[in-house]
Amino acid sequence: MMNSLIPIFVILPLATAFLIMILGKFIKGFQKVITPLVLLFLTVLSFYCLLNNHSNSFTYTIGGWEPINNIPIAIHLVMDGFTLILLVIISLIGFLASFYSISYIAKFTSENNFYALLCLMITGMNGVVLSGDLFNLFVFLEIAVIASYALVAFGTEKNELEASFKYQILGGIASFIILFAIALIYWRTKTLNIADISVLLLTTEQNTFDVFVQILLISGFGLKAAMIPFHAWLPDAHSSAPSPISAMLSGVLIKAVGIYVIIRLFFNMFIASEEISILIITLGTLSMVIGVLLAIGQWDIKRLLAYHSISQMGYVILSVGIGLLLMARGTKPTVAALAIAGGLFHMVNHAVFKGLLFLNAGAIEHRINTRNLKEMGGLSQEMPATSATSLVASMSISGIPPFNGFFSKLIIIIAAVQAKFYLLAFLAVFVSIITLASFMKFQRYAFFNKKEYNTNQKIKEVPFPMIFSMAIMGILCLVFSLLAFPDIRDQILGPAVDVLMNAGQYTQTIIGM
Amino acid sequence: MKGMSIIVKKVTQLLSGIIFLYGIYIITHGHLTPGGGFAGGAIIAGAYILLILAFGSDTIKLKNIEKGSSLTESLAIFIVLLLAVLAFFLGSKIFFANYLPKGQLGEIISAGVIPLYNIFIGIEVAAAIITIFLALIIFKEEITK
Amino acid sequence: MIVYILCFILFLVGLYGLITRRNLIKIVISLSIMEFSVFLFLVIIGYIDSGIAPIVDLKETNQIYVDPLPQAMVLTAIVIGLATTAMLLAIAIRLYRKYKTFDIREINNLRG
Repeated sequence: MMNSLIPIFVILPLATAFLIMILGKFIKGFQKVITPLVLLFLTVLSFYCLLNNHSNSFTYTIGGWEPINNIPIAIHLVMDGFTLILLVIISLIGFLASFYSISYIAKFTSENNFYALLCLMITGMNGVVLSGDLFNLFVFLEIAVIASYALVAFGTEKNELEASFKYQILGGIASFIILFAIALIYWRTKTLNIADISVLLLTTEQNTFDVFVQILLISGFGLKAAMIPFHAWLPDAHSSAPSPISAMLSGVLIKAVGIYVIIRLFFNMFIASEEISILIITLGTLSMVIGVLLAIGQWDIKRLLAYHSISQMGYVILSVGIGLLLMARGTKPTVAALAIAGGLFHMVNHAVFKGLLFLNAGAIEHRINTRNLKEMGGLSQEMPATSATSLVASMSISGIPPFNGFFSKLIIIIAAVQAKFYLLAFLAVFVSIITLASFMKFQRYAFFNKKEYNTNQKIKEVPFPMIFSMAIMGILCLVFSLLAFPDIRDQILGPAVDVLMNAGQYTQTIIGM
Repeated sequence: MKGMSIIVKKVTQLLSGIIFLYGIYIITHGHLTPGGGFAGGAIIAGAYILLILAFGSDTIKLKNIEKGSSLTESLAIFIVLLLAVLAFFLGSKIFFANYLPKGQLGEIISAGVIPLYNIFIGIEVAAAIITIFLALIIFKEEITK
Repeated sequence: MIVYILCFILFLVGLYGLITRRNLIKIVISLSIMEFSVFLFLVIIGYIDSGIAPIVDLKETNQIYVDPLPQAMVLTAIVIGLATTAMLLAIAIRLYRKYKTFDIREINNLRG
């Protein structure tokens, strides 16, 4: 039953994208209705799968080609705990962003293209997280990022085009590095199935060739995830895109095509090694610290939020890296589990609050047509809903209880202390404080100072679809704090942590050995 | 966009039909020989592009062709998707399953649904490449104007 | 071995062009060169000495074929490369319309 549900996550948004291109020209308003409906359905479906999943993995062989002598032939789609968490946030943020777009995108022409590209991007991301085959993963990744290149340039003004060109050049280099790494892996193992590769790597001795491939993969997917030495494209691209798309890019895309793949490959495919995990921890720490230091001087709201995305992703990578290092050393499995759970928890939280912050920025831009903090002020009077939700998101991102960001950061810091990385724990606290300062600046200049913009008409609150999306996300910021309770955390995040901790179990469900 | 000289026009007239037929051959023999939907589609698109380049056309007409080709593209890829989803409902519950009779190896009508996929992917690729080409040409025309 | 080295040199040629050229179109061309060096590498790793094209022939049973999987991968990757290049060129033309130049030194609105 669950197995045959898996391809729906890829087929449905793909069909919707082309249906919009065909029927959208003839039926007015078709695209506005169908996209949120389809994404709502996917959200419900993924929640259903998440709640009914008792740490099982489901696999699906495309074309019905079953493995012969334990050698997988078909392309496998795999749905386990870790995938399900990603599926839930992709569909959820996708639904809210598309609902928000109903009023936001009305000022642009060619709405059909916008919704079709959004559906394609979701197809790509769902495919990446479901795929159990390296090359298939690459193809879905390209579908997602090519759609995002077009969406970044959607405004077709100077800045958007320049950002999109920069993004495409760096994204293109990343793609070739990834393809090169996949070719090297194929050369060594003569297979592309992730589970099969992991079995072959276990039985053969690790050499420098493997380390080279791992470094290539870290740089390739690090470019896609905008870790610090590779971050140059992110602030431009994420701040130039239309706001719902910024929410999708920052909230979901860099996780699905960057962080998810790194975590999946280094936990489930390669054998954990100390050097690589120290490299991952270093990249995470650098992203965390430098990202926030670059953010604090920004006056463009969306650029500020984009730099914070780098910094918050640093938390996730750092925490997961600590888990990987402890696994490589083979000590303290409970602390490793806690660190991984903290990283995944923060990833989910970041999707919600960063999505909400970008939607807030979009609402402000929708009304007063500026992104510069110095030209705003006093908006809490005119736009109470935007102000309130943005306050919730700001408190959440800077780690103030009882919002979700506090609990995930707390878990990460506890895990770092228990693993005796006191410096990293201190840095995490320090970055959190700077984040708080930066968001106090955002709140003060945008909502509480005196008016700096000059306009004749009165500023109104944004239309209902935008308020609805922002309110739901604000509520989710509170609801996700429930994951801090160990029982609920084990129920939701437990299966994901299990999958990552036991590489053997992952291979067993796919190729049955 | 202006057309080219009479020699180019005549040669193109003679060649484009043959190129088009060759594209169709590559598509329909996709399951037997190297090639298939993508290669054949690219060849068919090449025949069209040759004609447009040789004879030239005004921007309004190009825009009309572009609308048609982009619609064709979406329709063709949608049909491919439908063919794949159809397998889901025909007994097997497996996406992309081959539900038609396989036939004899080496025959032109064999290999189940694969020739159908090839044909529609060929149409899709041809339409997509023509759309890309026309979009770039229309951009250029608008700049020079 | 020499083919792998040539492949790598092709990659470096592309990288050199990407870093030193100032023209948007030349950057796109350099990116394509890099792309195709990777494709070439993919095809080369599937090559088997004295292997023939992987088309099933019922008469010859003990035939050695080259590995068809990298070839399928390269075809797919070429399609992706086509999409990327088309997208890049479209953006480059749009940029030309806004800035009246292809020179990246003059296209520098975004900083910081």
